[in-house]
Order: sequence, then structure tokens, then C-alpha cells
Amino acid sequence: MKRNSLILLLAAFLTACVTINIYFPAAAAQEVADEIIDDVWQLKQGEAEDDAAAQENTNAETPAEK
Amino acid sequence: MKKILLSAYLVFAFVLTGLAQAAPNLEINTPAINALKSSMQKRHNQLAPHYQSGAVGLTKNGMIAIRDAKAVPLKHRQGINQLVAAENADRGKLYKEIAVANGHPEWESGIRDSFAGRWIDKAKSGWYFQGKGGWVKK
Repeated sequence: MKRNSLILLLAAFLTACVTINIYFPAAAAQEVADEIIDDVWQLKQGEAEDDAAAQENTNAETPAEK
Repeated sequence: MKKILLSAYLVFAFVLTGLAQAAPNLEINTPAINALKSSMQKRHNQLAPHYQSGAVGLTKNGMIAIRDAKAVPLKHRQGINQLVAAENADRGKLYKEIAVANGHPEWESGIRDSFAGRWIDKAKSGWYFQGKGGWVKK
């Protein structure tokens, strides 16, 4: 019985691994989009402001989620 | 029992490897992507006035479209069709190239969606984008 549940646990871990490997990296895609759009639209000079704004957004969102 | 512990250990090692791969950076520094970027960058100088006048807007699928051809003087209307078509061709290739360069051609639509949102977020005020119910002025 113990052995069965251990095997089940292992199977769950393996499934988790597969899930991780096929997962679409949305955050990385956004970063890449930002980088390319800044280049194409020549928004580089506003980068510092964007970062500050992004930081503010994260701070604002965290308490709201809780 | 020892055997089970050993395999559990191995599985944990696999999980850690998986986690390490969970936050990858996407590769965008390839000749094809750089060429598309510089082509789009050059075209942007021609497109910017049309975004501002509302003649051209950003679509929700990461492309651009003619929104109000009347905002363009008659003699330039043919030119704007070509401009929009060329930009959309580059954008389509860009999304595909990023997916392919990272070994996951099936990511193309996810990458397109990411870009679609960011183009609109980064658009200047006064530019038009496609919202749920049609064109919206930013």
C-alpha cells in the first residue's frame, strides 16, 4: 500500500516535469516583445520611466491579490 | 525501500532541472530577427504620422490595419496600402521567427498575443487600437 502511494507520487512528479517543459514562457515573451517594440518604435529614452511604472504596478497589484 | 528512495531522489533531480528551465529567456538575437527589426524600424518613420492621424490602427492580433483611409490624402492612399501590407508581412515573419529560433514553432500564436498586448500598451496617446467593440482612441 505504502509502495503504491509512493509510485503514485512519483508519477505526479513526472507529470509536473512534462508540464513545465511544454509550458509557454509568457513572461519571457513579454520581455522580448518589450525589447523589440522599444527598438522598432525607438522608445529607448523612456525605458527608465517604464521600469519605474512597472515597479509601481507590481507593488499596487500585490496587496490587491491578497 | 532503498531503491524507492533512490528513485525519489532522481525524480527530485528531474524536477529541479525542470524548474531551472521554467523561466527561460527567449533568443531574439538571430540574423533573421535583426533584419526584420531594422526593416520595421525604418518603416516606422513613414507609419508614425498615420498612427497619429488615425488612418492606421493597431489590431488585436498584433498587426496593423487601415482604419480611416480618408485621413490620408488621395495621392498617398495607394502608398499606404503597400506600407501596411509590408509591415504586416514583417510582423508575421517576426512572430514566426522568434518561435522557430527558440525551437518551438508552436509558440508562434502565443508570441503574437504577447506582442499584440504590448504594441497597444506602448502606443502613444491619440493612436487607435482594436478593442472588444471596435476601434478605440488611446
